[in-house]
This record gives sequence, structure tokens and C-alpha cells, in this order.
Amino acid sequence: MNGIHDMGGMQDMGPIEYEKNEPVFHAAWESRVFAMFFATGAWHRWNLDAFRHTREVLPPTDYLQLSYYEQWFSGLLDLLVRRGLVTPAEIESGTPAPRTTKATPPLTTDKVVPVVLSTRIHAQRDVPVSPRFQVGQRVRARNINPVGHTRLPRYARGKFGTIHRDHGVFTFPDTNAHFLGEKPQHVYSVCFAARELWGTQAMEKDCVYLDMWDDYLEPG
Amino acid sequence: MTPDLSHGHDHEHEHQAVPSDPALRVKTLESLLVEKGLVDRAALDALVDAYEHKIDPRNGARVVARAWVDPGYKTRLLADANDAMADFGFISRQGDRIVVVENTSKVHNLIVCTLCSCYPWAVLGLPPVWYKSAPYRSRAVIDPRGVLREFGLELSDDVEVRVWDSTAELRYMVLPERPTGTERLSEEDLAALVTRDAMVGVAKVAPPQSGGKA
Repeated sequence: MNGIHDMGGMQDMGPIEYEKNEPVFHAAWESRVFAMFFATGAWHRWNLDAFRHTREVLPPTDYLQLSYYEQWFSGLLDLLVRRGLVTPAEIESGTPAPRTTKATPPLTTDKVVPVVLSTRIHAQRDVPVSPRFQVGQRVRARNINPVGHTRLPRYARGKFGTIHRDHGVFTFPDTNAHFLGEKPQHVYSVCFAARELWGTQAMEKDCVYLDMWDDYLEPG
Repeated sequence: MTPDLSHGHDHEHEHQAVPSDPALRVKTLESLLVEKGLVDRAALDALVDAYEHKIDPRNGARVVARAWVDPGYKTRLLADANDAMADFGFISRQGDRIVVVENTSKVHNLIVCTLCSCYPWAVLGLPPVWYKSAPYRSRAVIDPRGVLREFGLELSDDVEVRVWDSTAELRYMVLPERPTGTERLSEEDLAALVTRDAMVGVAKVAPPQSGGKA
């Protein structure tokens, strides 16, 4: 969707506010939201694409005003309810509905380190899918404007680039975020000249690399 | 498993209200999830501990220092970062994919995620607020030299700037240039010079303070 989250190329967002010796979390509740998101993810009721989309559908004014972990908290509540792990009444009351059987958490302490180290994203797929493009080939990012989740930023749509590298086969966010299937396909690093994206105000040699799924590209 | 509630796009689902007191609401949710057996409180503690104390830019710094002292390692790192980083145990060979891009006197790389906050957690820990903020995400792709200037780094016109927008499930890390005057430093001392900002590409690694060790 053409939402506020798709920020690449926007101007006048103000100076970058750099905090020296920044803590990992700015409040204890932020760390709990972070950990709860991680631990509930182990139920495999949703995927990272679906989580990203919960933030994208926040009203733009909220998106800009909420802190990062407030966005996470909002997205976590959304998924917990929508994917059937808790009910709105339970969130309101803070206690399980009557006659609820206690579950067994899938993520226990002994699994934290292997999970953290290894398979947090887990989007690569070992399935035989032929690439539609080859390294060195000139391509064009398709001009698409889906109303759902996509990882094709507006600033690259319709622009010409060159396949720099084939990363292999990954799940496709545009369907995966909506639980409509993984649609595994090749992801490429695509090199776009900065002048192709931004015109002559950019330096001639500069470039921007984006990772793009097969479905985002057409021959250039 | 609940039936699929999505309809291609989910505009109809309710937006949760902005928490007026996040601390209280988060605590309530945690109690609920623990009581329902959906999460294990000790596992939450372990996750927080891992990211507060164990997984941070020191991981990436060790990788950079090794690449500076060992050309064979550097070649492996640039070709297959997961394989090279597995030497340290930060990430497994089958784990989430990391790509390392090298800064030289003629090429400067900068990492961003314009769409959200993708960042190489395994080697740099969790991203700082500025990396996730609108000013950085919006401008890094259209005006990388202006952004770098804001960080105090002025690049000459003959340096090629490559911006890596992390739009997929690849995570990027910059291999910064080794500063001059560090030829006699040990790998450990070199690692102590390497900063998070240099591995994101918004800074260079400064030479050690004159007169002393790093």
C-alpha cells in the first residue's frame, strides 16, 4: 500500500536525532513488548510480513506519533486477536476467559539462544524455482500500486536497473503478509543509478541497491 | 488454528487504541499471556537479557577486525558472510542471510531500511532510534551525502556512494576501511576501534588516539 511507512525519498522530515550512548531499550515495557512478540511468534500463527503490515495500516498520524515499540505493541495486540490466541475481552480484563485450558509455551529458555541466532526470519526456501532474470540483465521495477503489503517502494517503481546478484528463493511478502501463501520466488539485488531514481541532482556514480522479488520485475 | 481472516487486504480489522499508559497495559498483557500458557516468563527474561547484554556491535567489530588482519577471512566474508560469521557462532550457516559490503577509498556503502527497520541484529544488536526514524529512512536514499554530512562525514565527489535499502530478508553490514596507523595493533585492539556507526556506514573508523593504545 502507498502508506506513510514507504518513506524513501521523502523530504523535510527534520534532522536526524542522534542519541549518544543510547540504551537498547528506553523503558522496561519496551523490552517486554519485544520479548512477547518474539515468544508469541513461536506459535507460528503469523509471519514477519504480517507483522510488518500491522504497522503499515496504522493511520498515518499515529504512525508518525507512536514510538517504535508502541507500534510493535499495537501490532502484537492486533495479531494476537486476529489470529485467535487471545480475545479482546481477555486483553481488556487481563485474565483468561473462564474454562480456558492452559497451553504449553513453545518457546522455552533453552530454545531462546538457538532461535535468536538462527531462524528468526526464516524466509528462505529450499525449493526448485527457476529465476526469471540473470545477473547483469537490465530490468525495470514494475509500476504496481497494491492496496495490501508490498516491499516494492514507490521510489523504485517504473525505474530501470541491473541485476547485481541472485540471492536465491524466498517467500513472497505480498501474499505471505495476508496468509495467502508463500509463493516462493527468486530475490535479486538490483542496482539502480541514483540519477535514474532522482534525476541530475544525484551524483553520477552513486547508486541504490534494492532487493527485489521476481514478481516486482520485468525485462528492461 | 483460527480460519484465515484476511481478505487480501485487511482494512477492516480494528486498530488497537494507542495505549495511554503503555507500561501498565504491557504488564497486563504479559500476565495474561503467561496465565494462558502462551509465553514462558523465563524465556522472555532470557530474550531481553540476550539483546541487552550479549548481542551487540561488539559481535560485528570482531568480524571486521578478523577481516582486517586475515585476507583469506575477508574473501570468505564478502563471498558468504554467514559461513564466515559462523566461525564466531553469531549466526549459523543455515541462518538468516547476511551480506557484507566493503568500503574502500573509492566506494562508500550506507545501510538503510526505508520501509521499516531491517537491521543485522546478529552482528549489531537492535537498531538505534535514529536508524528507525523518519528523517534517516526518508533521506538516506535520496540524499545519502547530506545524511553523511549530518553525521560529520564529508565524502569527496569521486567516491561512489552505494546505498543498500534492506527491502527483503537480507541483512547488510558494512566492512569499514581499516584506519591508517593501525598496522601494529592486535586483532583485539582493532576490534575495540570499530563502532556500530561505521558498520552501518554513517561513519568511518577513527584511528587510535595518538600516544596511546586503542
